[in-house]
Amino acid sequence: MIYLRCFWGVVWRELLRFVQQRGRFVAALVRPLVWLIVFAAGFRMALGVAISPPYQTYILYEVYIIPGLIGMVQLFNGMQSSLSMVYDREMGSMRVLLVSPLPRGFLLVAKLVAGTLVSIVQVYAFLLIASLYGIRLPTNGFLMILPALFLTGLMVGSLGLLLSSFIKQLENFAGVMNFVIFPMFFLSSALYPIWRLREASPLIARVAELNPFTHAVEMIRFALYSQFNWEATGIVVATSAVLLALAILGYNPARGMMARKTATQE
Amino acid sequence: MAGPVDDPRSVCAEGHRPAPAALEIAGLSFSYSGRPVLDGIGLAIARGEFVVLLGPNGAGKTTLFSLVTRLYDRRVGSIAIDGHDVRSEPRAALARLGVVFQQPTLDLDLTVGQNLAYHAALHGMPGRLANERIAEKLDRVGMAGRLRDRVRTLSGGQRRRVEIARALIHAPRLLLLDEPTVGLDIRSRRDLVTHVHRLAAEDGVAVLWATHLIDEVHDGDTVVVLDRGRIKAHGSVAAVTAEARVASIAAAFEALTGMAA
Repeated sequence: MIYLRCFWGVVWRELLRFVQQRGRFVAALVRPLVWLIVFAAGFRMALGVAISPPYQTYILYEVYIIPGLIGMVQLFNGMQSSLSMVYDREMGSMRVLLVSPLPRGFLLVAKLVAGTLVSIVQVYAFLLIASLYGIRLPTNGFLMILPALFLTGLMVGSLGLLLSSFIKQLENFAGVMNFVIFPMFFLSSALYPIWRLREASPLIARVAELNPFTHAVEMIRFALYSQFNWEATGIVVATSAVLLALAILGYNPARGMMARKTATQE
Repeated sequence: MAGPVDDPRSVCAEGHRPAPAALEIAGLSFSYSGRPVLDGIGLAIARGEFVVLLGPNGAGKTTLFSLVTRLYDRRVGSIAIDGHDVRSEPRAALARLGVVFQQPTLDLDLTVGQNLAYHAALHGMPGRLANERIAEKLDRVGMAGRLRDRVRTLSGGQRRRVEIARALIHAPRLLLLDEPTVGLDIRSRRDLVTHVHRLAAEDGVAVLWATHLIDEVHDGDTVVVLDRGRIKAHGSVAAVTAEARVASIAAAFEALTGMAA
């Protein structure tokens, strides 16, 4: 019961903050919509997408990149909430969370789930606008992607949490955005199918196959068509577990990562 | 020169069970990449005692607080809050601890009530009890009418008072304040110091108040002078002043740390 109250408190705060920060919400929506409306429209002619699972007919490029853009929304949200964690720690409110008497791993997971729920709200808002714009997606898919969204949110959130545990200052974070977000997004199947990448460069295709974000995108892509991709889901779950374990280790008081950061501030 | 530290276990072994100290630190050392930040700290704070931890910037005050709050605990020595060891019983220890951090930690866009409810949730308090306590503690710091106001609309001194109310919601035995008057004007600073002194006297909460500002010491306080990671003096204002053979606590601080207060 105590755990549930605490958990709900953390989630509720994250949702309140999300509602208050309208700018962040708008930015989270504009980013994928710009890709969808401007980028995809330009590429529609240049790039034919052959039939490949889970698609059963020829599809427009706009339809192809929807799962990738969903992943993008969640990737940015995951990184942003860890950015806010770096910021929170500088401002001290991460300390407020960590002096709670409940186990630290539990607190971090609560924070992670809260961030994931926020990202899911963003994804559905994005899908709504995309539908209004005229993108046709299977109706069942809206519900079927929910578990996939949850897993993806946990994976990118754990990555953000891990990064936040050893990034000392906000300035360093901008670098991580460049070295984490962009490579993860571009070197994946979000924008082009792997077979298409392979035509261009077998090396890039290989990297994309190893990129866990590719598997998150594929998991969402299959779920959108009410199909379950075992391989992709397994890889996402395993990656999340490893990243989360490392993040909890990073915030473990005995490991002293926090000490390294705070002792130098004095 | 540090105050005598009784080992609570030896007291128990004799069959007596006096109330444990609100805070009991023994043989605490911490170093950061080979450089000692805290060196052999021993300190006991009784219930309801108001202890001012005086030290120049860089003395190790914030590090000491980070260890007591278990932000990290790679260190030598022991720390117990109300008889509960911070390392072996972190949940019991942290449940008895209230903290006001040096940096402001309220969400500016949320209301006073939302900020306090979040804290109550972190302590797993049921909603009704939380609401009662929030009303009570806000009233206690003279902020009763501000429950629904956004924190952003409050002054610096008011925000600090909300943070103090927040630290008291779960009825801790020990209240830590890390330079809580930083950034406040003279009047808010004086009000806050007086206010927390009154809280300690009336509620019996032990207070550890870190500062480098000598005028925040009241005559009845216990003073601990920390300098370069070591305790240089510990005792009542009168005792520390007499031991340093000077006329005032300010002069004692200057003599002990080589710094003008």
